[in-house]
Amino acid sequence: MSGILIKNGRVIDPANNIDAELDLLIEDGRIVELGHALAVADAEVIDASGLLVTPGLVDIHVHLRDPGLEYKEDVISGTRAAAAGGVTSLACMPNTSPIIDNLAICRYIITKAQEQGSANVFPIGSITKGLKGETLSEMGELKEGGCVAFSDDGVPVVSSELMRRGLEYADTFDAPIISHAEDLSLVGSGVMNEGPVATELGLKGIPWVAEDAMTARDIMLAEFTGGRLHMAHVSTRGSVELVRQAKARGVRVTCEATPHHFTLTDEAVRGYDTNAKMNPPLRSQQDRDAVRAGLADGTIDAIATDHAPHHIDEKNVEFAIAMNGIVGLETLLPLTLQLVKENVIDLNRAIALMTCQPARVIGIDRGTLSRGAFADIALINPDLEWELVPEQLHSKSRNTPFAGRKMQGTTMKTLLAGNIVFER
Amino acid sequence: MNFSHRHVLGIKQFNADELNFILDTAESFKEINTRKIKKVPTLRGKTIINLFFEASTRTRTSFEIAGKRLSADTVNISGSSSSVVKGETLEDTARNIESMHPDIIVMRHGASGSSEYLAARLDCSVVNAGDGTHEHPSQALLDAFTIRQHKGEISGLKVAIIGDITHSRVVRSNIDCLNKLGAEVLICGPKTMLPPGLERLGCRLVSGLTEALTDADVVMMLRIQRERQGKTLIPSLREYARYFGLNETNLKLAKPDAIVMHPGPMNRGVEISTAVADGPQNVILDQVENGVAVRMALLYLAAGGEQQSED
Repeated sequence: MSGILIKNGRVIDPANNIDAELDLLIEDGRIVELGHALAVADAEVIDASGLLVTPGLVDIHVHLRDPGLEYKEDVISGTRAAAAGGVTSLACMPNTSPIIDNLAICRYIITKAQEQGSANVFPIGSITKGLKGETLSEMGELKEGGCVAFSDDGVPVVSSELMRRGLEYADTFDAPIISHAEDLSLVGSGVMNEGPVATELGLKGIPWVAEDAMTARDIMLAEFTGGRLHMAHVSTRGSVELVRQAKARGVRVTCEATPHHFTLTDEAVRGYDTNAKMNPPLRSQQDRDAVRAGLADGTIDAIATDHAPHHIDEKNVEFAIAMNGIVGLETLLPLTLQLVKENVIDLNRAIALMTCQPARVIGIDRGTLSRGAFADIALINPDLEWELVPEQLHSKSRNTPFAGRKMQGTTMKTLLAGNIVFER
Repeated sequence: MNFSHRHVLGIKQFNADELNFILDTAESFKEINTRKIKKVPTLRGKTIINLFFEASTRTRTSFEIAGKRLSADTVNISGSSSSVVKGETLEDTARNIESMHPDIIVMRHGASGSSEYLAARLDCSVVNAGDGTHEHPSQALLDAFTIRQHKGEISGLKVAIIGDITHSRVVRSNIDCLNKLGAEVLICGPKTMLPPGLERLGCRLVSGLTEALTDADVVMMLRIQRERQGKTLIPSLREYARYFGLNETNLKLAKPDAIVMHPGPMNRGVEISTAVADGPQNVILDQVENGVAVRMALLYLAAGGEQQSED
């Protein structure tokens, strides 16, 4: 088979500390060579002048809604949205219907993605059967079948005993537990961040301590068990600090932050915009800045979108009863590049937070341009300005608080194992 | 004055001049309510729908009487507690009603922001009769009207509002309204009932009832809404009455000519003692009476004010 030669681009591969003008040769879906002025006789040439050549992005927090909730999203549309956002590998959460707590569902998702998808899909199995918080899922078999981690995302594991056993049992199979941290009794019937904005709007608040209290418990359980813990969507100053301190003590804990939590604050809820309703809620400026600081100092390991598609009917309602969450796959890249523009992080760290670091959290061999690696690649124009028009999203759903926002940076071409799966 | 508001969604949308203009307009309507024939043709041919998703006696009746005394055709619809229970969205319910060409929809709804939601989707005027724990503009205006009636001027007065602030839409509208009209607003309640950032709304938090009441010109007691609160906010009504209830003894801390207000319905013996509720300083029934005049003014202005008589 003749190869593909990507020429004249700026190759950034944080896993290998590469940031240089290099050419890159792909053969049989894998990267075979990186070098200066490569010349290959019969290779198809892609001119990447002025573009960044990075590993395809890795998003470890996605709701594909398939099976069961295909009216919101399915494996095909979700991976198409991923490809359009430069994402070539994603991990999908188990709160589907039925739940990813058995091998059949795990297999169904992987097969559908392989046959009809535009990105690699790595299922996350549930910690507890049916997300009920009662008994552990068959993690051994699920891991063997392709699950990369375990999470009851959407709900916390309320029982401390069960969370302890989950951490121990998952570690038996070398898989991390992904914690959705909230103390439900503190959340109560809250619908947005507790604070002055909620007070003014007359909406019930969710206090930051609801997240911090559970984060503290889970870190203690990870410290006690020695198991591997990953904190999903940290959104408060306190939880960033708890992870920072735990890492310093040597606890096996990692964490992620979402673009919306490092971009927006609870001010976005004004006007009762249901597209600004999510869980955890958009927080205060202070929290947002703490998340940014955590990204800058390495406390936060990954940027993950918590891509949560919902049908218009589930958002076009009174704020209190609207569903939580927004789509994120197609805004991950520009919102992260915005942090570079604002000098919060440098470009190499930004790419690392979207590639090799999240890949490491879930233990997959993606997110790098090493020789021999799968040729999952994003060709990024970091300067191209565009406006987000919800109708133009590739996701089935349109629930984004960024409608009409001027974005900068996009993927021009997305390659999956050497095949172009998206082209702008 | 050019009053250009099609909707009445909250006090937030009005400046001091507009608030005074509404109160002045209400003043001119008040006299109608004591006539032998309590009806003027001002809104003849207009249709007003009172869409109440939450139980209400006082506010709904007050709006209905206000509409009828202005000769509008008024229709009352009581929704279940939530439109979702019936399987119909709020938008669909409202659009169906709008298809019958009402001029004004007066809505009470349990969700904060619901009147803004409706106003953004309908062509007719929307008047907020209470949305969740957000705003209750007609209540704040009738309170301001009553204070003006008894004190002459609102500016410079010390107004103490006491009770469950978190769950009160009345208080949010009142703080904004009184603040814009120049009063000093003091807020007091158990810390479990004080939401964060309250000061930003234009009031001062004080630590106890004594401080709140001392030298107050106006004392406004809020209802302990047993149906809204969880079980964790106060240990008992008995203890609440002891530390936050208004009685003849602690009322003496206020100025001798202070007036006592309550938006109703009252829990006698809880936030207010019977002796105070029925005492010489109470203006509670004046509030109810003035409510009709204030709502006449709001309906008149929402319908287009003087312009509406031209078409």
